[in-house]
Amino acid sequence: MPTTLTVNGTQHSVDLPDDVPLLWVLRDELGLTGTKYGCGVSSCGSCTVQIEGEAVRSCQIALADVWGPVTTIEGLGTPAAMHAVQAAWVAHDVAQCGYCQSGQIMQAAALLAENPAPSDDDIDAAMWGNLCRCGTYPRIRAAIHTAADALRREG
Amino acid sequence: MANWGKITRRTLLIGSAAIAGGVAFGVWQYRRELPNPLDPAEGQATLNPWILIDQQGVTLIAARAEMGQGVYTTLPALVAEELDVAWDDVRVMHGPAAQAYYNGALMSHGLPINDYERTGFHETMIEAMTVLPKMIGLQVTGGSTSTIDAFEKLRMAGATARETLKMAAAERLNMPLGALGTRDGRVIAPGGIEMTYGDLAAQAAQIDPPRRVALKPPADWRYLGRSMPRTDTIAKSTGTAEFGIDVRLPGMKFASLRRNPRLGGGMRRYDDSAARAMPGVEQVVDLGDGVAVVASNTWLAMQAVDAIDIDWDDAPYPATSDALMGVIRAALDAAPNSTLRDDGEIDALEIAPEDRVIEAEYTVPWLAHATMEPMNATALYTGDRLEIWAGSQAPGFAEQRAAEATDLDADQVTCHVTYLGGGFGRRGETDFVVLAARVARAMEGTPVQLTWSREEDMRHDFYRPAAAARMRGVLRGGFASALEGRVAAPSVTRQSLQRMAGISPGGPDKGHVEGMFNQPYAIPNYRVTGHLADLDVPVGFWRAVGNSFNGFFMESFMDEMALAARRDPLAFRLDLARREHAPSAGVLEAVAEMSGWTGQTPDGVGRGVAMTYSFHTAVAVVVEVSDRDGAVAIDRAWMACDVGTALDPGIIEAQMSGGLIWGLSAAAMQEISFAGGEVEQWNFPDFDALRLHNSPEVEVRILETQHHLGGVGEPSVPPSMPALANAVYDLTGERIRDLPLSRRVRFVL
Repeated sequence: MPTTLTVNGTQHSVDLPDDVPLLWVLRDELGLTGTKYGCGVSSCGSCTVQIEGEAVRSCQIALADVWGPVTTIEGLGTPAAMHAVQAAWVAHDVAQCGYCQSGQIMQAAALLAENPAPSDDDIDAAMWGNLCRCGTYPRIRAAIHTAADALRREG
Repeated sequence: MANWGKITRRTLLIGSAAIAGGVAFGVWQYRRELPNPLDPAEGQATLNPWILIDQQGVTLIAARAEMGQGVYTTLPALVAEELDVAWDDVRVMHGPAAQAYYNGALMSHGLPINDYERTGFHETMIEAMTVLPKMIGLQVTGGSTSTIDAFEKLRMAGATARETLKMAAAERLNMPLGALGTRDGRVIAPGGIEMTYGDLAAQAAQIDPPRRVALKPPADWRYLGRSMPRTDTIAKSTGTAEFGIDVRLPGMKFASLRRNPRLGGGMRRYDDSAARAMPGVEQVVDLGDGVAVVASNTWLAMQAVDAIDIDWDDAPYPATSDALMGVIRAALDAAPNSTLRDDGEIDALEIAPEDRVIEAEYTVPWLAHATMEPMNATALYTGDRLEIWAGSQAPGFAEQRAAEATDLDADQVTCHVTYLGGGFGRRGETDFVVLAARVARAMEGTPVQLTWSREEDMRHDFYRPAAAARMRGVLRGGFASALEGRVAAPSVTRQSLQRMAGISPGGPDKGHVEGMFNQPYAIPNYRVTGHLADLDVPVGFWRAVGNSFNGFFMESFMDEMALAARRDPLAFRLDLARREHAPSAGVLEAVAEMSGWTGQTPDGVGRGVAMTYSFHTAVAVVVEVSDRDGAVAIDRAWMACDVGTALDPGIIEAQMSGGLIWGLSAAAMQEISFAGGEVEQWNFPDFDALRLHNSPEVEVRILETQHHLGGVGEPSVPPSMPALANAVYDLTGERIRDLPLSRRVRFVL
């Protein structure tokens, strides 16, 4: 029986086995390729999306277990209307190869939604699960602080 | 392919006579204009292989793989600077694989010279080495050469096009050329007349471009020398950048694979009955040394692959890491392949009673690339055509190899290059493209995306080779009076050329000893020999390759020599560098100042310094570590580089800082090991890297005193590893000579 799920505000009916991870539903079934496959074992964070605002590893969540509306990088903001975190990423030119950045941004956006003024320790605690082989971490940290400032100004 | 082999055999011997012969052989072909591979659509015009113009603006061709190093920004900036277009109006694309996009700078790395020591002869040889890449259309992204190759070429392309557009305007307006100027994509004529490049492009394309144009002096640069907004940054921050794994085609199927974990071994038999019965599975493809499954999505394909029972052949190399290292160490005592430096009288050295003589042996392990985007490629085979989409650092080679694998001619194959989710040398290989092509051939008419699991990617790499070194030094009066280094490792150069071109050139392998033989230290007796230890473990280019292990050997030993001489390690290096190469001394002075280096650290804090000249750039780094409850924390790093001319300081800073973290990750914790002929690591939990919380704060200073342009993608990797080992020594008093350091100390994880 098809499973219904809401992604970025749009409802989809997906006819796939219950145990297919959300990651592959998003990428191969719905064509939302902004969410990346990196490890499949929850150790790199490239596949991070939000379910009801909580950052989760979509490679570990079976289709049948998706408990609420899903937001992916495409739903966070668009090139024409970027989320404050995305805008901060652009302002700092954080991305090098860019492959992990969707996951980094989704994790950072979830952090800021919960903690509008994170300290460096808060950032460490939230971001340690997101791997970047290009080593963009110094700019990720700076961009999170910039985004926090911008979000506070927006109020 | 025959020509490749013949030319390469004549020129890659690297003796000066062979190079001279190659130049003579190549003159007429070299001077021939290479055809423009761009095929303008209706309403578009092209003025040279780097510029497409239409009514909407200009599209600049980067023709190098954007794998994070910023070539989609700096290469277009070189053209835009001279073409005179507004940065916001610039669009960028990779362009087709073509001879016009040869990398002229790549081959000069093979010259057996000290790159920092440039005489007129050296410049001539470097120039000569651009001939071969041009003739064979060597379109490869690697060796930190993209900007070095492009610096003059792309500015000339922009300037020539600008002048041609002005000539078109002069014709149309019947005005003298000298009366015309340009501004932001327009030709400006007296009387307030403005004509857009789009209006002039079709006419300009018919004009024979001028042979000589003047380039702007750097003082007039608008884009170069500044941190330009990256052209890929919005796409990469919004999930809209298309990597190879993101290609989606109508009717596309998804595949995955499993190959023999004993690398190079075959497959005895397999049972795919369970896999074939799984819903969504379309096809099982026998790859000879493994199997691929085509299914309706990638996850189903991976599940089905796991359901296949396979009986593998053995590996064609010794089965364990220890046995492999035994072969490498044994090569230290065999006849050398190279002696690229032999200054003074190492053999006849007289040791005075007050001299100190020290000896040490070091080893480094095999390393994987572990790009964030696992290997993948997409292909559509239609009987007489093969279309490929891949993040490739060598699309021309990829087309050739894929053509051979599908019994097509190279001109029946097209490779579209996407963004690369990390390259680091791994995507200069063609295996992932060829495998996708073979699977697509079994699915004629259906596009297939072949994605490797992380485990397949980790266990089927072309690894940075393990290596060993034996070092001997003589200290006299606080100086190094002699340094003898022996390096043993499998030859990346030979294995790669064998794969790429089917040849094994003789002669000295420079890549194998670079980072040790060519260091800018005035050591009067200085000899380095390279000893090849060829094994059938697949090895390949890795960020800084040879420099990455030799930098560790050399700069760890420099530290040991400094301490044996009872000198400050930074001052010891500085004395030797000042007498040999001012820019290298300059980066050491810079990190001393940035870090407030005193040679003293408080209890619980350690500092290490290292400097390596590689990829035409001197880089020095100071790393600071501290004891955090018995674990080592990497707290801070100060890095200085001298790149000659800093084309984009923001990108250079990012490359230096990223390369540092890459190197620290390897030195601290990474190792690929073998047991039973198989790689023991599977995924990031057992091949991890530094993350945000355990990366240091990094400060980078960019110097511009060197006369020539230096590379930026790789040269920060080599000094980072010994700087960390030296810092750990300073903290703990333990000299660790075998990487990774985590075998002996615990890091904050």
